Amino acid sequence: MSAVASGTRPPRRPRRLAYPVFRTVMIVLIVLVLVLPIVWMLLASLKTTVDIYQPARVLDFTPTLDNYARVFAQQNFLLFMVNSFVVAAVSTVLSMIIGLPAAYAMSRFLMRRSAAWVLLARIIPGISLLVPWYIIFAGMGLVGGYGALILSHMFVSLPLIVWILMSFFDGLPIELEESAQIDGLTPIGAFLRISLPLSSPGIATSGILAFIFSWNNFIFALVLSSESTKTLPVAIFNFLGYASIDWGGLMAASAVITLPVMLVALLTQKYIVSGLTAGATKG
Amino acid sequence: MTSVPARRVSTDSRFSRWANRHRKWVFASPAMLFIAAMIVVPLGYTIFLSFTDAAGSVRASFDFVGLLNYIDVLADTERFWPAVGRTLIFTVAALVVEFAAGMGIALLLRRSFRGQKWVRIAILLPLVATPVAVGMMWLLIFEPNIGFANQLLSWIGLPAQGWISDPSTALGTLIFVDAWQWTPMMVLILLAGLTSLPEEPDEAAQVDGASAVQRFFYVTLPMLRSTVIAALLLRGIDAVKTFDILYATKGAGGGSFHEVETLNVYAYGLTFNYNEYGTASAVLMLFLLLIVVAIAAITLLRKKGSA
Repeated sequence: MSAVASGTRPPRRPRRLAYPVFRTVMIVLIVLVLVLPIVWMLLASLKTTVDIYQPARVLDFTPTLDNYARVFAQQNFLLFMVNSFVVAAVSTVLSMIIGLPAAYAMSRFLMRRSAAWVLLARIIPGISLLVPWYIIFAGMGLVGGYGALILSHMFVSLPLIVWILMSFFDGLPIELEESAQIDGLTPIGAFLRISLPLSSPGIATSGILAFIFSWNNFIFALVLSSESTKTLPVAIFNFLGYASIDWGGLMAASAVITLPVMLVALLTQKYIVSGLTAGATKG
Repeated sequence: MTSVPARRVSTDSRFSRWANRHRKWVFASPAMLFIAAMIVVPLGYTIFLSFTDAAGSVRASFDFVGLLNYIDVLADTERFWPAVGRTLIFTVAALVVEFAAGMGIALLLRRSFRGQKWVRIAILLPLVATPVAVGMMWLLIFEPNIGFANQLLSWIGLPAQGWISDPSTALGTLIFVDAWQWTPMMVLILLAGLTSLPEEPDEAAQVDGASAVQRFFYVTLPMLRSTVIAALLLRGIDAVKTFDILYATKGAGGGSFHEVETLNVYAYGLTFNYNEYGTASAVLMLFLLLIVVAIAAITLLRKKGSA
């Protein structure tokens, strides 16, 4: 389909024009499919029950914040938000403290089998460990408190952090550390003063993703949390009654859970994309 | 700059010298020990439970029953085997849909265009959304009477559907929900793979007169092979364990006819609703076996291809 060919054979011209049009239409459609459900959720969260029961009137309604008021006043979502935040933040920081040096060593010393060991945590279904965890944590008096939740969420965030940082350190030239060692730094000193400061983009990427995955995690908190340490994904079930569903409250609660992570994702877009694709494009 | 580290060397303590010499394991062992503590004893305990009749309270006494749980589970054609089937259907269908759609979208987005930034943001939103909230969101959209899906159908003159509430369409609808959330993951990985490819082979094929379809199947796809396998492996590991959206939309048991009850949902119900720890542990071990065999097969395929 070179320019010469299309010049001598006119029938090809419509096809060349057709692709950009097709492409634009498809991209618009894809964006609509991805974004409209979220918009629908937000709209419903601002509607009264009466308006929700009239789906044909998409935009024709008087917005109300009653649903959000119920989420925070009746259901105490502020507490659940604090719980989610504390568990996600602490588990991410602790995972970073033990995961960063591990990722560094596994990258520099090519410890592929050790890396596979850490990644095993991603493969095992969490449920197969939950009963023993429950028994062990109960014995240590951790069930119902933050302790059990933080440990179980570290099980999610640690492999993620090691995985992302390993591929980050793989791309960090070793020569800088070597010349620092020639200048008299110990190997650990070279790590602390040269590689650690250079790895801040990797730390940001893996930290943000670990935080999001912990914030979104449902199954561990479902079993290991108590009424006062419930995280947001567990608390949302308060809006599902046996007889009827409080749709407005449910959508407002969904928005309260999801909007913070979406906001973080918007502000840190570049980091997140590089983290999610880390390691997948190497051989 | 150099004088400070020089002084540090002279004040090296014995500990620091030891730590530097063994830094490989000093650095790696805390994380590995944590994983070991969280996996080895608990998994061993689950294996042990799978050979017992433990049930009821976690403190109740139980007896060793040998392979009885495994025999019972493998003979159970009412709950276990249908759950195996649903797990395979869900995983394979989700992977096929997400890969096909993800590849299509990645190819569309490959060359830069105006508004690219906004499209990328739209792709990121489902990906970071909380799965439980995503389940609730689609529960309303697919609600037969007040949902937007049936409203849309009525506008274009099609009959209303039961979607998630209809046992015959629930699993398919939830595969769609999974695809909505995770196709963006495929797009991001495949797009990263596509942009890292050299352009010369594609251009050479174009000069030789290959069509766009031919160039994709004979040039682009083979070069992308390892990225494709990595993407399928990463997504597959998570898809086979899907729990959140199934539990959020259909509750424990996967609906009144267990229509979306996968192995993970079944094992959860056995464990935490019926307290059948022995049986549940056997189900979980068979589930783990399934995952390990699948990963081994894919890894073998990957090695064979690169050799």
